[in-house]
This record gives sequence, C-alpha cells and structure tokens, in this order.
Amino acid sequence: MAKPGAVVPMPDAPGLELIAQEINAAQPGAVTETALENDHATLIVDPAHVLAALRWLRDTEGQRYTFLSSLHAADYLPATPRFAVHYELLSRDRTERLNVKALLADPAAGSPNGHRVARASAPEPRTPGSEAEDVRVDGEAVPLPTIDSCVELFPTAEFQEREAYDMFGITFAGHPDLRRILMPEDYVGWPQRRDFPVGGEPVLFTHNEIETPRWFE
Amino acid sequence: MAEQRLRDEVAEDERVLTERGVAPEIEDPTAPLVQAGARIERPPDIEGELEPEQELMTINMGPHHPATHGVLRLIVTLRGEEVLDLKPVVGYVHTGIEKNCEDKAYWKVIPYVERMDYLAYFFNMEAFCGTVERLLEIEIPDRAKYLRVIHMELNRLHSHLVWLGTSALDVGAISMFWYCFRERDKILDLFEMSAGQRMHTRYFQVGGVFEDIPLGYERKLREFIADMPSRIDQYEALLDRNEIFLRRTKGVGAVSRERLLELGVTGPLLRAAGEPWDLRKSMPSLAYCDLDFKIPVGTVGDCYDRYRVRVAEMRESVRIIEQALDGLPEGPWIADERKYVLPPRDELSTSMEALIHHFKLVTEGYRVPPGELYYSIEGPRGELGCFVVADGSAKPARVHFRDPSFTNLQAFRDMCVGGYIADLIANLAMLDPILGGIDR
Repeated sequence: MAKPGAVVPMPDAPGLELIAQEINAAQPGAVTETALENDHATLIVDPAHVLAALRWLRDTEGQRYTFLSSLHAADYLPATPRFAVHYELLSRDRTERLNVKALLADPAAGSPNGHRVARASAPEPRTPGSEAEDVRVDGEAVPLPTIDSCVELFPTAEFQEREAYDMFGITFAGHPDLRRILMPEDYVGWPQRRDFPVGGEPVLFTHNEIETPRWFE
Repeated sequence: MAEQRLRDEVAEDERVLTERGVAPEIEDPTAPLVQAGARIERPPDIEGELEPEQELMTINMGPHHPATHGVLRLIVTLRGEEVLDLKPVVGYVHTGIEKNCEDKAYWKVIPYVERMDYLAYFFNMEAFCGTVERLLEIEIPDRAKYLRVIHMELNRLHSHLVWLGTSALDVGAISMFWYCFRERDKILDLFEMSAGQRMHTRYFQVGGVFEDIPLGYERKLREFIADMPSRIDQYEALLDRNEIFLRRTKGVGAVSRERLLELGVTGPLLRAAGEPWDLRKSMPSLAYCDLDFKIPVGTVGDCYDRYRVRVAEMRESVRIIEQALDGLPEGPWIADERKYVLPPRDELSTSMEALIHHFKLVTEGYRVPPGELYYSIEGPRGELGCFVVADGSAKPARVHFRDPSFTNLQAFRDMCVGGYIADLIANLAMLDPILGGIDR
C-alpha cells in the first residue's frame, strides 16, 4: 500500500547502521538496536550512554543533528523495559529526522510496593541536580527510573524534561530545576503512567476535601 | 581562582580611581547574581545603600492579567522598571487531555486534541489524523489534501488575526482589535459553512475530511481572499507608520538566531531572527509541495520583525488558499477504506455490510497496528508535533503533543531580561503563547 503524502526525510537503512556502528565505536555499547518503521528511523540506546550518543549525533561532522524537536516519555506497561524517553532529533542542513529512544527499566518492578508508585509522593524538598530519586510508599523507599539530563546539550529540553518528570516520575540527573511543571507542586503521583487510573480523579473542589478528607492519599 | 582574580582586579581599579579622585562606583562582581529558577533575595550587604527605586522587587504577573493572553503566571524580579529575572509558571489550565486521550477510541480523540491550542484547531487535528493515517498506512485522496490545506491556511489567518488584534491592543492600539476580529468573523463564517461549527469543527477525519465543501462555499471564499489583501494593507497602514507602535517594538526583545535554535524555538519567532525554517517547505506534507509560496524572514529578530513576519505570512496564506482553490481536484474527499472510514450515509439503508462497518466503527472504533510515530507540521506558532503510541487496540496507548507555545515560552526570559517592564508586555504580545496549548 502506498505511503501517505511526502515521505519524511530520514537516514536510510545502511545510513542508520553506519551511525549505530560509529556511535558504538566511540562509546561501546551505546546503541543496542536500530529500527526503521513508519518512515521513521530510530536508534535504541542504552540509557547509561544516552548523553554520549546525543553528543556524538550533535557534534560529529556529517551528522549535525543540532536541533532537538521534541523530548517526550512513554510508558509501555506491561512491556519490559517499561519506560522510554524519546529524543526527536532534527538535522536542519539535510532536513533529516532521527528518533533516539532510551529504554528505561522500572527499578520498582520487583518491589512489593511497586504497583503503588504511580500514586506515591516524591521526597521533599527536592534538591536541584541530585542523583537517583526515591519515593515513599508506606515509609518504604522505592526508587524512580533515572536518566541523565540533556539540558546542557539541548537547552530546549528543560521544560520537556520537567514535563516527563511530572507525568511519569522519570528523574533527570543533572537537570537544573527538576520540579513539577503542569501539575500542582503538591500533587501526589505520576498521572500519565499506565497504571494510574483514568477518571475517578476527584476534582480539587473544596467540597471534595470536606466529604472525603485527604482523598488523594 | 577566577573569583579571586576578579576581586583583585576590582580592588586595583578602585585604588586607581580613588587616587584620581573619582568615586568608585564599581559593583562587587562576585555579588550574588540573579539566576534562572533561583529564589531572588535582596542581597543583604547593599540594603540601605540603595535608593528606594533601585531595590529589587519580585512581583507576580498573572495568572489573571489581561495582557498574558491566558492564565500565564510570571514571577518577575524588578529593579525599578528594569526586568532582572523572569520565571514563567504554567499549568493553570492543565486539563489532562493527553491522559484522557488514552481512554478514548481513535476517532473520539480528535475533538479532544482540537481543544489544546484553541486557535489552531485544524492544525491539531491534522497533526493527530496525519499520525494515525501514517500508522494505518492510509493514503488520503487529493481533494482531501487540498481541502485540508485550505482550512489550515484559513486557520493560520484566523490565528494571526487574533494575535494581531490582541497584540496591538497590548501596546495601545485599540482599533486594530475590531478590524482584525471583523475579518476573523468572516473566516469563522466559512468554517461554519463547510464544517457546521465555527470553532473546534472536527472537520478532519482519519482518511480525509468529514464532508465536501457545500455549494456556494467557493464563491464566498473567493470573495474573502479577494478582499483580504486590501484588509492587510489597512492593518499595515494603521501600524507601520504609527510612531507609538514602532517605538514599542523596534529593537525590543531581540534574541540571536543561535540562541533561539538552542532553545528549540520554531515558527515566526525563529524566522523573524533570519532563519528560513518552515516545515511546509522543508518537509512538505499534504499538498504544500504543489503550491507556490514564500517564507518571510526578518533580519534582527526584534518585536517589529516578528510583527512583519506574521503579517507577511498572512499574505502568503492568502496566496496559498487562492492556488489551492484553483487547483482543487475533483473526486472523493475521504479515503475508501471501509475498515477505518464511516460508510456514506445513503448506503446504510441498503447495504448490510455498510451497516456492519458503521456499527463496528461507532461502537468499538478501528484498531491501529502496534507502532509509534512522531509527525509534525508547521502550525501558526511553529512546529506542532504529535506522537502516538499504538498498542494494537482501538485506543491509543499514548498521545503527546509537542506544542510550539510550550517550547517557545522558554525563550521568553532571554527576550525580557535587561529590558523594561513595558517591553515585557510587548514581548509577550509578540511571543503569541496560547496557554491551552502550553498546559494541554
């Protein structure tokens, strides 16, 4: 079946393999897989080396993916690894798009309280640039998934990483100001996780608080 | 080390100046600088020495300020009239649209995403429908491509007209508002004629558009586009030589092209700084590759350039609509894919198959094969991207919108810091953020 519209320019299959090989030569183990589907080239990278891969793609002559179009996270529950952070890179010289996808395992997966993390609170107060985060479930610490922040490479990621943290509870180590951005500062839980229920969320009206005190816990 | 050297240099300068009998007026270079996101506190060592108008003052602008074009809250640190620091706080109209979309069948998501950026609803629809069409590998008919282009460019005109009217209002030109809304109303009449609704039309469907344009639409649209260039002339006649407007915008809020690119700014803001980047040209989708239009760019990237670029874009949009109307091909306006597209109404009473398809599509919806895709188009404010994860069911597993207002807002600090608070209002007007799109 014919593809709709004009095809989005992207690296072709050999080009993508070359990119993967060269990144792996510079940083062994950085790229674990490549994928070409729906007119979209994807590099699946190891989250530990995501900064090295992004830096290589941004700075290498002949690549120059200098523009980060979008950074967003996704929750692939029940798949493992569960989370992914997507970096939609753009090379304006060659008008090519490349998706870098870092798959993140859920560190709370085996924990008995793991299923309750979606509605658990973050520790307070948060310190900027701190390392891996824990959340508290019944006083027990459950870790959150962590990846390096790419704000120093792409300053545009600042708001978008805050949004990913806000919605999925993915912490970005080295982010200058990792706070909730869209949800209220005192909000409890990570609302866009797949195990966070849709609907049934009482609206924050005063009468809700009177009828069911501390409903959000 | 560097700090010590700086202190030594300042001490040396002070000594030289004192010897010459000139009072040293050099500030301590290591005094706490105002940083983004930092809590602003009055430096204790200079308290009392400052004149009252030099004291730092941190104020809230918004969330309910008429000039914020929505519920945007700005924490602004001022020294007199000068803006020292600025921090936007968003989220006041966050309604969880992305989360809600995960609980809706694909065809029910369309009216949700329309309401994100409420001035660019056709663009939101195209971003979402385009992504799903690519995941389903549906080719839409040529007539639908042209109809989509016509409606999107009308929508761009509509969005820019609202921007021009409210922005001119912000810098003191009240009459612009009425003139712009006069033309905007004509566009809404056209939307009502073709789609039945004035705003949030749900006109685009996966596979094409909902209905063909009605009889008489073309004549009315031609009247409008014949009229529009002279109306744009009138706007320019009102503003281009208006001294107040020029003084409020020229040389205000300029940010370099490199910095804007670092901050991920797209759209008219980036083009005003001289970067000819437009997804309609560089990655054309729909019928844009068949149409002849120019990308207006600015030179210095100040507020005046942003105004000029947007007004020039309105002229180009009129040209695009004219060409698309001339070249509008005959034929179906929605793909003949019975598994994804509702069957024609008249078949329901005669064909059992059509009835079954209709029932399946309306109750369960169509299933999208597993996959994920990011697809972006050029909205009125910049790159509008949509990311959809399909898990094989009839509901999307994730819908994310990369809204240009959200990313562009990060450049606002760079535009305002060092300027006057009155320029902040002009900058905000020319930034054109839509809070519905930022908060989603």
